[in-house]
Amino acid sequence: MMVESLVFYLFATALLVAGVMVISARNPVHSVLFLILAFFLGAGLFVLLGAEFLAMTLVIVYVGAVAVLFLFVVMMLDVSFAQMRQGFLRYLPVGGLIGLVLLAELVLVMSHWAKPVALAKPDSPIPPVDQVANAHALGHVLYTQYVYLFQASGLILLIAMVGAIVLTLRSHAHTRHQNISDQINRRAEDVVAIRQVKTGEGI
Amino acid sequence: MEIGIGHYLTVAAILFTLGVFGIFLNRKNVITILMSIELMLLAVNINFVAFSVYLNDLVGQVFSMFILTVAAAESAIGLAILVVYHRNRGSIAVEDINMMKG
Repeated sequence: MMVESLVFYLFATALLVAGVMVISARNPVHSVLFLILAFFLGAGLFVLLGAEFLAMTLVIVYVGAVAVLFLFVVMMLDVSFAQMRQGFLRYLPVGGLIGLVLLAELVLVMSHWAKPVALAKPDSPIPPVDQVANAHALGHVLYTQYVYLFQASGLILLIAMVGAIVLTLRSHAHTRHQNISDQINRRAEDVVAIRQVKTGEGI
Repeated sequence: MEIGIGHYLTVAAILFTLGVFGIFLNRKNVITILMSIELMLLAVNINFVAFSVYLNDLVGQVFSMFILTVAAAESAIGLAILVVYHRNRGSIAVEDINMMKG
């Protein structure tokens, strides 16, 4: 129990420090790297909670795909990030005030939330970990009760992929495209000629 | 001291506030704003998983997976729009983004 508390406090503090660094780092590449750190630490918290599958998904989806995408865009776009930081201190009071108000509201909500006395029976209770693994149990719920939503989320990803490609694809005038009908219509008699070359004369 | 749901909710609340704070702090930088949104989504995911474990119901984790899906799609589309915008205008400063203003 002692070790669990220690690990939780370690991960939580590091997560919050990483979050602060994401929004305050001078160099956006550093911001992205701290975002990756934050996702790793969030995955650690998920493991502590007992949601291993979600933790691994977080690492694969965020660190493997989204954060690398961010890194790629930050490095590819040639913009002056120093210029963008102008007004950083000017927005600090307003942002800080709104942040404080929001935090106070969240703390008020949390401190007044109590576990319902007559708890409704859980829709799909978590089975004991020593009998059914987390990924197994999640799959049981996801592929039966929520199969349509699962398919819909697949469609969302497909549409996002198509949209991203359509947005960023551009064809230059001098790009050489493959013309399939030209390739198929190519005949040997059109392109191959047999010449009788006399010895010592050349063509 | 036993680690309960309150601890996780506190971490998530502070992280969400940091995300909101980041949006106000980096008003000129779209990329950092997108990163702040990712931070807020992470906080929401922590909330969902904490409640899922606390209430002994797997549906919270299922919902968290759907949030993950939508977040991935959102950041992919957002960054694609950013790349196209930078290609067309040569700038991604937020105050320059007013082409659709009537």
